Amino acid sequence: MSETSNGRIIKVAGPVVVAEGMTGARMYDVVRVGSENLIGEIVELHGDKASIQVYEDTVGIGPGEQVVNTGAPLSVELGPGLIESIYDGIQRPLDRLVEQQGDFIKRGADIPGLDREKKWHFVPKIDNGTDVGPGDILGEVQETTLMLHKIMIPPRVSGKLDGLGEGDYTVDEVIGTVTDDEGKRTELKLMQKWPVRTPRPVTRRLAPDEVLTTGQRVVDAFFPIAKGGTACVPGPFGTGKTVVQHQLAKWVNADVVVYVGCGERGNEMTDVLREFPELVDPHSGEPLMKRVVLLANTSDMPVAAREASVYTGITLAEYFRDMGYSVAMMADSTSRWAEAMREISTRLEEMPAEEGYPAYLGARIASFYERAGKVICKGGPNREGALSIIGAVSPPGGDLSDSVVQATLHVVKVFWSLQGRLAQQRHFPAIDWLTSYSFYKQYLSGCFEDKERGEEMAEMSQEAMNLLEQESQLIEIVRLVGAESISAKDRITLETSKSIREDFLHQNAFHKVDTHTSIDKQFEMLKVILHFHNKALEAIEQGVEIGEITKLAVRTDIARAKFVEEKDLQQVVDIRKTIDEQVKQCSAVA
Amino acid sequence: MLKEYRTVTEIAGPLMLVEGVEGAKYGQIVDIEIADGSTRHGQILQVEADKVLVQVFEGTEGIDVDNSTVRFLGKPMELGVSPEILGRVFDGTGRPKDDGPAIIPQKRLNINGNPINPYARDYPNEFIQTGISTIDGLNPLVRGQKLPIFSGSGLPHDDITAQLARQATVLGEGEAFAVVFAAMGITFEAAQFFINDLTNTGAIERAVLFINLANDPAIERIATPRVALTAAEYLAFEENMHVLVILNDMTNYCEALRQISAARKEVPGRRGYPGYLYTDLATIYERAGRVKGRKGSITQVPVLTMPEDDKTHPVPDLTGYITEGQIIMSRALHRKAVAPPVDVLPSLSRLKDKGIGSGKTREDHADLYNQLYAAYARGKEAQELATILGEAALSAEDQKYMKYANEFEAKYISQGYYENRSVFDTLDLGWKLLSMFEDSELKRVDPKLIDKYMPQFRQTQTAES
Repeated sequence: MSETSNGRIIKVAGPVVVAEGMTGARMYDVVRVGSENLIGEIVELHGDKASIQVYEDTVGIGPGEQVVNTGAPLSVELGPGLIESIYDGIQRPLDRLVEQQGDFIKRGADIPGLDREKKWHFVPKIDNGTDVGPGDILGEVQETTLMLHKIMIPPRVSGKLDGLGEGDYTVDEVIGTVTDDEGKRTELKLMQKWPVRTPRPVTRRLAPDEVLTTGQRVVDAFFPIAKGGTACVPGPFGTGKTVVQHQLAKWVNADVVVYVGCGERGNEMTDVLREFPELVDPHSGEPLMKRVVLLANTSDMPVAAREASVYTGITLAEYFRDMGYSVAMMADSTSRWAEAMREISTRLEEMPAEEGYPAYLGARIASFYERAGKVICKGGPNREGALSIIGAVSPPGGDLSDSVVQATLHVVKVFWSLQGRLAQQRHFPAIDWLTSYSFYKQYLSGCFEDKERGEEMAEMSQEAMNLLEQESQLIEIVRLVGAESISAKDRITLETSKSIREDFLHQNAFHKVDTHTSIDKQFEMLKVILHFHNKALEAIEQGVEIGEITKLAVRTDIARAKFVEEKDLQQVVDIRKTIDEQVKQCSAVA
Repeated sequence: MLKEYRTVTEIAGPLMLVEGVEGAKYGQIVDIEIADGSTRHGQILQVEADKVLVQVFEGTEGIDVDNSTVRFLGKPMELGVSPEILGRVFDGTGRPKDDGPAIIPQKRLNINGNPINPYARDYPNEFIQTGISTIDGLNPLVRGQKLPIFSGSGLPHDDITAQLARQATVLGEGEAFAVVFAAMGITFEAAQFFINDLTNTGAIERAVLFINLANDPAIERIATPRVALTAAEYLAFEENMHVLVILNDMTNYCEALRQISAARKEVPGRRGYPGYLYTDLATIYERAGRVKGRKGSITQVPVLTMPEDDKTHPVPDLTGYITEGQIIMSRALHRKAVAPPVDVLPSLSRLKDKGIGSGKTREDHADLYNQLYAAYARGKEAQELATILGEAALSAEDQKYMKYANEFEAKYISQGYYENRSVFDTLDLGWKLLSMFEDSELKRVDPKLIDKYMPQFRQTQTAES
């Protein structure tokens, strides 16, 4: 590292500080600003003058105060202890911040991301004397009941392994060494560091081809996201973006969930903190929190740290992906992230593009989403990891022509369009089935072990979508000429579409059973609804009055299917028999 | 040590440039003594080498370049607080405005406050009874929530905020309660109405008022909500009181912010508002909530007038993204003389599910509001259809829903500004209105609840008819 000198502040304007005398400083080096040691990052260099975005409130800072360059880019600590943590945007643990500073966040705190005291039991999985390279798994730490933390050789380190042994270590104790051909020794620890703005290396990227189930019916059955895929959820306020994000974080079938609350409400983060530990993972029966890392940079916390929080989050997510896990990252909301970029850009007096956003907005958004993907991880043993990103977008006035929405839609493969109209009808999740899309729908059939069942699911999903499509056209006609003027067949279409909407797509996030539906139950529910549709059409052809069919008692069973517990799935299957019986009865009368 | 400078070089709009200054710090305050001997106040917006950019709260009228003295006070803007602030009226920057004595501060607090650590927050889940059916029944407010009122020019938001301040209580508890009222650019009449209302009910003794009227300096408004929230935080987290903060009107605040931004020649965002409007509003609205282990709480009710009743205007739009719901006033209902004219369908309390149910209000609360809401939405459609096609053209079912919507507006929404309904009366009224439907039509309510609560209302109905 070249010698860097300490600078002096010459200008303060909100979160941006300019310092001179910063010889040797590099872009994105972390600096400590002023007498209170505020944390900042260099974002512009002119000769020996550096513009610095400061992650903390700059009130009371003035020209003449010192700026110290740490000489390293903004980095995060990676190792056991991440899971179940709650961090701010630059990986300071909020729980320990409370212990140190009290209930309100003050400035200049310097707390490492990982606990230095705690000992972890390390079990080696590789013999001393082996030649190792970057990404090779050294051993394991059982971090939580759900998380087997793999300890890997850091990038750029290779050579002969020595001194590795089972035992209890803190994150910065030496667990072994690696000596390369030139005799250079590198100490290995449970912890490694990585700069947040640089993607972690992988051996090879693969195309996502497997669906990541979420337990949300409209998502799984109609607009699925893939392991390693990207999705965005734009919508005006009050349409339930955050509830959708929370639901996905709770029920997504991933090994690790990284949830970034970026510039959102404080009370919402409290809700997550309170609720997640009480929820039980349907797959393992353990508390969901045991696989979650939370980042909370609420809207009243400093804006520059909000800009960094998204990078901090994705780096943590990449680290778990490198272990060979499937990781899901939620960012709520990327609009706040973009606004933070805009604010910093304005203070730097950069030439703005649309709506005052910097010209590099699109590039930053694209390169962020590109960090998702399914990969072959670096090192041995050979393993695949996946990182999926789900970003919420909050366009002003719900206007989808907003720059952030447009830049996001450019890169993401799944679009869940939240509509204010649906939210007002209290149809939740308010994901519009007509405008949303997913490029991963072709992989839906792969969710089932039984191939035929998988194909049937794909067909049913398509059939249901066709019915909804027809409904949207029929509704126009009905509005103009009245329901009596359309054919009986079309009226059945309308009834079935209504049933699909109300009994399948509508899902109550706050209901104990309805909040999560397994893919098998989704299959049966959809099958029941479509079965009724086909039986109804048959009956109509035999001359049964449409009113007789719509008032059949079995329709209540169909409507209540969503409340049937997973263990009683057979009850849902049996509805089909009841349909047969009841339709037969009214056909017989006719 | 106080440093004085007579080196003002530029004045433009509300901004003033002072040169040759040593040791100035960002965000600190200054006193400006002008030629006629009076003093004004300002805050540092930017420091660059020895040049300091100052925003002048009282405006720059009458300030000249040669004869003004700028004193750098070396501290951020502060508010002196003590329990004595209760019952007092201050100006928009926290100086006493009534005839009372000066406040002898117990401590001086930076008006910018500090963000509450999300980990230290306690979740808002205590139901506040406001006595207003459309809020208690359909959009329940809880302690620590921020629930704005989106209004428009000429709509009675003053009446509903006064009603809130008068009636808000927590069920079954007699805890210390206080109201902090921040007026930003509202008229003398509106402010006086509120003060009189508090005086008449005796609530003034538990209130602190910060008043910046329409003819007071616009730039001062930037400080007003922060001063008010500093007082609220002191009362809530140090004096253990439950504080209701009313900020009226946030649109005026945002305009003042826009004025400063324009004077600084910043790149404007939508409609000329600065790009950091969201962040700025968040630093105000997020100063609500509860903190673990502390008794008090801050509940915020900001009021804002939507220009042209447009919900997508930047001020209501960004507010809606930060606050936990919104109560929207309807011009159409106001014209029909429905009071308070709360537009039920787009109004929303995001925390409604946290504060209600058995043990908090009553077990039937959630199902009931879903049903009332759904039926009203349906009835509203029928109302609209009737204006196009005529009432006679509606189907029997549509007519029934329309009748329900009309009754709902007349009885449930319209209760007047002086009726204080208990939440149980509100719930019962809901059942009574729903009794015009068959049980099977009430799909959103658990049948068990219908069996438990409905029969008494059906009986009274038959008895009446």
